Amino acid sequence: MATEILMPALSPTMEEGTLAKWNVKEGDTVTAGDIIAEIETDKATMEFEAVDEGIVGKILIEEGTEGVKVNTPIAIFVEEGESTDDLSAASAPAEAAPAAEATHESAPAAAKPAAPVEVVSKASPDFPEGTEMKQQTVREALRDAMAEEMRRDETVFLMGEEVAEYQGAYKISQGMLDEFGSKRVIDTPITEHGFAGIATGAAFGGLKPIVEFMTFNFAMQAIDHLINSAAKTLYMSGGQMGAPMVFRGPNGAAARVGAQHSQDYAAWYAQIPGLKVVMPYSAADYKGLMKTAIRDPNPVIFLENEILYGKSFEVPVLDEFTIPFGKARIWREGTDVTIVSFGIGMTYALEAADKLAEEGISAEVIDLRTLRPIDYDTVLASVMKTNRCVTVEEGWPVASIGNHLSATIMQRAFDYLDAPVINCTGKDVPMPYAANLEKLALVTTDEVVAACKEVTYR
Amino acid sequence: MAPRKSASKTTSSNVSKDELLAYYKDMLLIRRFEEKAGQLYGMGLIGGFCHLYIGQEAVVVGLEAATKEGDKRITSYRDHGHMLACGMDANGVMAELTGREGGYSKGKGGSMHMFSKEKHFYGGHGIVGAQVPLGAGLAFSDKYKGNDNVTFAYFGDGAANQGQVYETYNMAELWDLPIVFVIENNQYAMGTSVQRSTKSPSLWERGAAYGIEGEEVDGMDVLAVKDAGERAVAYCRAGKGPYILEVKTYRYRGHSMSDPAKYRTREEVQKMREERDPIEAVRSILLTGGHASEDDLKAIDKDIKAVVNESAEFAKTSPEPALEELWTDIYA
Repeated sequence: MATEILMPALSPTMEEGTLAKWNVKEGDTVTAGDIIAEIETDKATMEFEAVDEGIVGKILIEEGTEGVKVNTPIAIFVEEGESTDDLSAASAPAEAAPAAEATHESAPAAAKPAAPVEVVSKASPDFPEGTEMKQQTVREALRDAMAEEMRRDETVFLMGEEVAEYQGAYKISQGMLDEFGSKRVIDTPITEHGFAGIATGAAFGGLKPIVEFMTFNFAMQAIDHLINSAAKTLYMSGGQMGAPMVFRGPNGAAARVGAQHSQDYAAWYAQIPGLKVVMPYSAADYKGLMKTAIRDPNPVIFLENEILYGKSFEVPVLDEFTIPFGKARIWREGTDVTIVSFGIGMTYALEAADKLAEEGISAEVIDLRTLRPIDYDTVLASVMKTNRCVTVEEGWPVASIGNHLSATIMQRAFDYLDAPVINCTGKDVPMPYAANLEKLALVTTDEVVAACKEVTYR
Repeated sequence: MAPRKSASKTTSSNVSKDELLAYYKDMLLIRRFEEKAGQLYGMGLIGGFCHLYIGQEAVVVGLEAATKEGDKRITSYRDHGHMLACGMDANGVMAELTGREGGYSKGKGGSMHMFSKEKHFYGGHGIVGAQVPLGAGLAFSDKYKGNDNVTFAYFGDGAANQGQVYETYNMAELWDLPIVFVIENNQYAMGTSVQRSTKSPSLWERGAAYGIEGEEVDGMDVLAVKDAGERAVAYCRAGKGPYILEVKTYRYRGHSMSDPAKYRTREEVQKMREERDPIEAVRSILLTGGHASEDDLKAIDKDIKAVVNESAEFAKTSPEPALEELWTDIYA
């Protein structure tokens, strides 16, 4: 049967090309793999190989022709004893891809502004009133959460640098090696890229790893696996397999550790579809959210804070205490301005609210707790009430979480705003070592107070 | 623990006719499939990157012959051959290449990203070298569960220079993970020859620095590959830790479809094709050994062509994914 040879697409972007040279002439016999022509693409000159055997029956496009569109017939191959005259029914050119059905045209739009009236805050108590409480540090709450989940599920294990015999660089995994043994509490060499990849592969294989990064600064060595391997595989596999796992460790500035050890990655990870991102403030939230993170079937980035590790909070005494993702917490109700923060930023937000109260300004303080998903509705409902908003975070100002919230508030609650939203952030500089400069580089309570006064015109 | 050099060349004397025919068919399927994929790419039905496996068929076919049910495999973006060799359906692979609903990833992965839980094929990874620690993680999961499965992590001579490969070697040996590291040395990392990227005389010997055993294998000889695969698997299954196979092979086509391959001569490629072709080698054993006639082989060719043509037809007619699919499979 005669075959039309079509102008090939030889690069992802090629639409037309020059048929630079024919290496065969009419009547030549060709076998698969022979170079039949040279074609200039938008990138390079490519050799064009025959895919099948045949005889060159007719050359349709002369060499030297420019602007030959992809899929234009350029020659006709025939079989022995066949002539190009019998060619009336030569194979049809490539059929176009069947268009997706028109009924699909209204795919859900990501940023479609919802009518403001639909906003309903999801904030609600995390446990029943009257629940017995105990004082616990963030460090203890984290360890309890991991240990409880490891008792519950054999497939959960912890790996990282110094998590086992050293009992954790920040003592988060204290006692866990004794209880669970070296099979489930695993010291790794200092090799973030490698062990993040191994843990992700183990998650593909059906386990539920908890990976401790000694700090998230070191996770930059491993970030390809967090994003390209862990976050994207479920999508790339059409839902067949994903990475149920937790990447955790301290994030953000500690104290006087310099530029390479003081960085807040909240906004980085919050941008990635496929990841869930958690950044708690209180010990109760650390516990309830860590348990949820371990049970979640997706990769979760759990951003902790070294300064908060030793801080004590009330934690409910419950056998089964989890907090769902995507639910903010209203720490303090107020009427004049909404302060939105998360993680250690809450320290400044709450201090500022106290100071503002002394001056007769009533601030509502919201802790986002999870950054992906974000509880937009609780923020919007509050802003619709107070008509003013200040965001607080330790990360850098460009493309910050505050920027994103401001845009969302502008889109969904523009008419409710009585002042522009102000983002209080860390300064746009690498973290300096000197004590006075470091203090200046971080966001401060006074800055939050000043911003709240500015938006309330006081 | 001294690593050793490759065993002597295998002979076909102890291989059955059925085995030889199976290898012939499996390799031919990959070749014809890839030729067809190249053709569909030329017609604009396949977009983006498309990396063909032509010339390297003996590597996956030989190693798959050494596996058992439950063993896992993971590779890079040059993955079509691996999928066909482990029994994934040609229709599903081709339809993924054309980005259609009937593809293994519902059209959302593409040539470089396909997976099959059923066949224990874990991708399909586009970042050079990333599949190596991921593969070690799969092996870790099997060891953790206490079964005797082995993982094959395939990577190229280019990936062999990535740091994460050596981080993985270190931990795989430290933890005795049941993994075969398969270096498919096709001699070119895109356009850079091995000689231009390292002064190491051989890639498998780098494992010695971590105490990992290994060997070099003739990747154009499917029987030699199978023998080496069996040695490697036996070693890993016995709980002795990882094993490295550096399989010397050759890719006939460019790195991807848009590679003019100016970094090597036409003669070099032609010489490999004429003198070392893995499919021709088995064909010749089949014919000279009296295992099959020309007519038998022609019939096989015809059957395989039919399978490949059907896959192309399926890949053209399967609809594009529904637009709602944009928003699914982001979270489990």
